[in-house]
Amino acid sequence: MTTTTARNVGVDIQESEQNRAVVEAIEETNPACIVQHMPGLVRITCPKRLVITRDSVEQKLGREWETHEFQMAIVSYFGHIKDWDDDEIVIAWDH
Amino acid sequence: MTIANKASRAPKKLSMKQRYQVLTRDLDWEPTYVDPKDVFPHTEFEGITIHDWSKWEDPFRLTVDAYCKYQAEKDKRLYAVLDGFAQSQGHLTLTDASYLNAMKLFLQGVTPLEYQAHRNFAYLARHLNGPGPRFASLCQSIDELRHTQTEIHTLSNDNKYYSGFHNFQQMHDRVWYLSVPKSFFGDALASGPFEFLIAIGFSFEYLLTNLLFVPFMSGASFNGDLPTMTFGFSAQSDESRHMTLGLEAIKFLLEQDEANVPTVQAWIDKWFWRGYRVTALIAQMLDYMLPRKVMSWKEAFELYFEEQMLKGLFADLAFYGITPPRHVEDAIAEKEILSHQVYWTLYQFSHAAAFTTSVPTAEHEKWLAETYPETFDKLYKELWDKERENIAGGGRHFVRGLPQLCQVCQIPMLFTEPGDPTTICQRESEFKGEKFQTCSNGCQWIFEREPEKYVQAWLPVHQIYQGSCGGPTVPDVLAWYGVQEGDSGEHRGSLDDRRWQEWHADSVKEGN
Repeated sequence: MTTTTARNVGVDIQESEQNRAVVEAIEETNPACIVQHMPGLVRITCPKRLVITRDSVEQKLGREWETHEFQMAIVSYFGHIKDWDDDEIVIAWDH
Repeated sequence: MTIANKASRAPKKLSMKQRYQVLTRDLDWEPTYVDPKDVFPHTEFEGITIHDWSKWEDPFRLTVDAYCKYQAEKDKRLYAVLDGFAQSQGHLTLTDASYLNAMKLFLQGVTPLEYQAHRNFAYLARHLNGPGPRFASLCQSIDELRHTQTEIHTLSNDNKYYSGFHNFQQMHDRVWYLSVPKSFFGDALASGPFEFLIAIGFSFEYLLTNLLFVPFMSGASFNGDLPTMTFGFSAQSDESRHMTLGLEAIKFLLEQDEANVPTVQAWIDKWFWRGYRVTALIAQMLDYMLPRKVMSWKEAFELYFEEQMLKGLFADLAFYGITPPRHVEDAIAEKEILSHQVYWTLYQFSHAAAFTTSVPTAEHEKWLAETYPETFDKLYKELWDKERENIAGGGRHFVRGLPQLCQVCQIPMLFTEPGDPTTICQRESEFKGEKFQTCSNGCQWIFEREPEKYVQAWLPVHQIYQGSCGGPTVPDVLAWYGVQEGDSGEHRGSLDDRRWQEWHADSVKEGN
């Protein structure tokens, strides 16, 4: 495991054709994140904070995407969902 | 989405926050001619103080239309996979028939819990005072019913070809090892609404969910079981909402009043250990039941529990004065021995179970030795070596007696003393002149905290001896369990194994 002091947050996403765009968008928005492939799912971890933006996903997908759709992709997460509005989803620890 | 556009004459679409406010929160009203205490009579007796229910956050900001839209889509995707798998005889592409033992355990042990969760979240959807948590509970209640149904539908295809799937609900109510998950959930159902939120919403759905579900689903993915993987991930996508409900619940209780903190801490202590004991069944499933291994119990525990929860979550909760759960060090110390102890016990008692077991193959043992370098060769290999000698001499053994069960977790006394993996741990407590046995410091602490509750436990072994389970002999009890020929015992040479060999021999001969 990592020995860094910054606590990680993370999200597990179902591996699928459509979610590949979501994963790519997350990678671009969060340069410090680490992407691991596990059976059937993709695990993304990031120190402190992970952001998923509508803009970046729409660009990768080439179509409109509402943040509610993230519910179709997410399998599990750790951290706290700090914000989930029309434009972005933020996962971070509170304290 | 289209509904809002058509119905609204407003020039601009409402934002997610506004829609949630209007369609979820604003539909609530203050009672005027009935005392609120009569409307919500169950939220005071546990001693929890709530000052302002509107402070409950729901980051998902779900509304009924969005909920229905996405849930329908999830179901469509799942049923497409189920059809494809059934039509293509997908069950023949599993790694081995023995893989299905993990799914039998899931259907018998977990699916009925989904239904119980559905019931209790429906209760919370009526009885919590705030509209935010009521709506989140309503969604979760419907989710849990969906999970029950999709799991039964998915595994009903296996029931056409394999043993052990045909009578899961009756088994859940009666069979000894299934009393472990059943009594765990019964304990939560018999709690007040806030304790239930911490027990199931927080401890089960947030703290332990990844240990419980991800191993099953990744195991399914790795062993060719596409439908199970799909229902699993479909259910897990709801689970992330359930995790959020659990986490919001605990933060809400802690933020509302400082006096809630010690009560919540005691519930975390209790429900961590209760849930952790149930995961003993998962531990052996990961290390022994899956023909193709995904990750070991030790790895799963380190990743999902130690790394994510202890280092992440509990560092966050420390802000409120919450400490890591009591007895967590005992759980950590067990991670290299737990699965071996549990499987060795299930192996010896599988003649009275609704799954089958076998001695690990040489390749499997090699994996166990590499994955558990500190413990497997030293402590457990010789048991299997000896058993192989027994089998060579025609004597695959089953234990003919009945084990002493723990009064709290209801698992047979198979766990060992902390720091001493060769001495069985057994604790004794007295209550009203009677003696009660528990398996660990954790379970003893739980018993002594609420002895009035646990003395009422329906312990399968006691019940057999009391004559409540169909009769005095093993066949009597198995008939009462609803266990049929082929459901139990040794896997090699079992009904499932013989059919599997036949089907695969045919496909070689006939080329289909």
